[in-house]
Amino acid sequence: MFHTNGAGGELLRIEGLHTEFATRAGTVRAVDGIDLRLRRGEILGLVGESGSGKSVTGFSIIGLLDEPGRVTAGRIVFDGQDLLAAGEPALARLRGSRIAMIFQDPMMTLNPLLRIDTQMIEAIRAHSKVGRDAAWRRARDALGLVGIPSPEERLRAYPHQFSGGMRQRVVIAIAMLHAPDLIIADEPTTALDVTIQAQILHEMQRLRREREMALIWITHDLSVVAGLADRVAVMYAGRIVEQGSVDEVLDTPEHPYTEGLIGSIPSHDAAGGALAQIPGMMPSLIDVGPGCRFRERCPRATHRCRDDDPAPRSTGGERLVSCHHPGSGR
Amino acid sequence: MTLYIVRRLLQSVLVVVIMLVLVFVGVYVIGNPVDVMVSTEADQEEFERMVRLLGLDQPLWKQILVYISNLVQGDLGRSFAFSEPALKLVVQRMPATLELVFVAMVMALATGIPLGMYTGLHPDTVPARLIMGTSIIGVSIPNFWQGLMLIFVLAVSWGLFPSGGRGELDTVFGITSSLWTADGWRHVLLPAVNLALFQCTLIIRLVRANVREIVLLDYIRFARAKGLAWRRIVFVHILKNTLVVLITVIGLQLGGLIAYSVVTETVFAWPGMGKLIIDSVYILDRPVIVAYLIVIVMLFITINLIVDVLYSVIDPRIRTARSGGD
Repeated sequence: MFHTNGAGGELLRIEGLHTEFATRAGTVRAVDGIDLRLRRGEILGLVGESGSGKSVTGFSIIGLLDEPGRVTAGRIVFDGQDLLAAGEPALARLRGSRIAMIFQDPMMTLNPLLRIDTQMIEAIRAHSKVGRDAAWRRARDALGLVGIPSPEERLRAYPHQFSGGMRQRVVIAIAMLHAPDLIIADEPTTALDVTIQAQILHEMQRLRREREMALIWITHDLSVVAGLADRVAVMYAGRIVEQGSVDEVLDTPEHPYTEGLIGSIPSHDAAGGALAQIPGMMPSLIDVGPGCRFRERCPRATHRCRDDDPAPRSTGGERLVSCHHPGSGR
Repeated sequence: MTLYIVRRLLQSVLVVVIMLVLVFVGVYVIGNPVDVMVSTEADQEEFERMVRLLGLDQPLWKQILVYISNLVQGDLGRSFAFSEPALKLVVQRMPATLELVFVAMVMALATGIPLGMYTGLHPDTVPARLIMGTSIIGVSIPNFWQGLMLIFVLAVSWGLFPSGGRGELDTVFGITSSLWTADGWRHVLLPAVNLALFQCTLIIRLVRANVREIVLLDYIRFARAKGLAWRRIVFVHILKNTLVVLITVIGLQLGGLIAYSVVTETVFAWPGMGKLIIDSVYILDRPVIVAYLIVIVMLFITINLIVDVLYSVIDPRIRTARSGGD
């Protein structure tokens, strides 16, 4: 691997982040007190099932929460700057230039009525004082960089004239335009088929290596994380239940939820057999009672888990686990 | 595209034929135009001479067939009342109606789009709620009553505007219109406002609903993630996508405005086609009614064609689909 551990100084620090959505049914605590750190040039896989709060974490960082979402507590420090204290103008200056974001569905991310060149040049000129011609050349080079053939012609095309994979490449090219320090990628390969997915992953690895950018890769797919990330954080019901280096977490999961996730990946050995599942469903995030949020689905649950909410504890090195009964069941 | 236009024209021919039959049967059922036309002193012989002259003694199906065969030769018949070519009467009145509808539509768009954008982008603010509340009233007031109130308050009580009629005409660039003169504008404003109010509220609601949908879409979020100025997101990304829907509705409404300006033209004594059709219905002047309806059908078809073309100008996806499809 390239510059995995200790590649650079701290780029992003999240402390006690709470993000809530006030709805008619009650306040949804989508993110309920998470801590995360990210170094320069590091790839973090943020893993969890739908509704675990992983996307909301991403949108909280870049300040693009949908109404009625609000960050109610915590700190997000990006390269020494507190993003939650920064005003909208300061955030707009960061967005696209130092922090970029890629979304799940490339069919929906580009405006269908505007040509690719329009959408790229406006992104360039939002942060760089350059003329249209210079911007156009930069756009063309950016398309070439992400492996789009004959970029000069493709710049004149509309989004619908691209395939899904090519569209996601265009989106990545746009995200890379200002060589950001951090890219938040929200399930960017989920909507693509497997071969395209592999190409995109390969492309991101290469770009990371060349550009030294950090990446938060939000996904529910552990196999993607295994091949891409340096570190992984597993989210469940608004909390990070386990984080650490990819090798440690995936080889010797400490938290029963992580273990369950890994166990439910289909494998060769078990072909034809029943897939392992985690029984039950994630609890509602409106009324979260005391105790561990995973206890109802957990094979190791005890009385202590019912009354006492486990705090993250270090189990050596960078490994953090929120469980009263940690340990690898493997 | 050519095939598409041909198909459209064939459809319109069918519409015209069905409409012809309906109008002929309708007028036939209501009564004999000669009853209205001949003076009360006319004797029976005079009456029957008139009926024969207008061809009304023939059976209905024969009257329709004669009309259609004349129509194919480009003859839309003569007005029973004015004994002038019916088409000429309608076409003479057309500029007045188009002028009124044009001013009304521009007014409705110029106020409806900004207000709709505003209420869509800031749905929970007090001004937005006020605009939406007022617009419900705008939709609910009957058009003729609203017209009468406008005349009563602005024309009669305050004397700001004339109460009816069309202003002085002038010809610029070969186009004769009352919009070239100040007097013309004084006359056109009230009826245009009357015609525009309903359209305006419709446009506000449509634009608002559309904007609220669009701001939640990923490409708007991505545009924000690119760090674009909010101004650019609103005026390029959101507005352009709203126009696609707006153009469809404007197209439909424009035809409707022309056809249903009847009420406004009657209330404001505006000498347009709408006033002509009402007068013709009173005296059962069948050729004029038919000519008017044919003209309206043609206008509808033309407007729809223009809308389709505009569509493909704005939305590239439709452009490809059509050039590939036809």
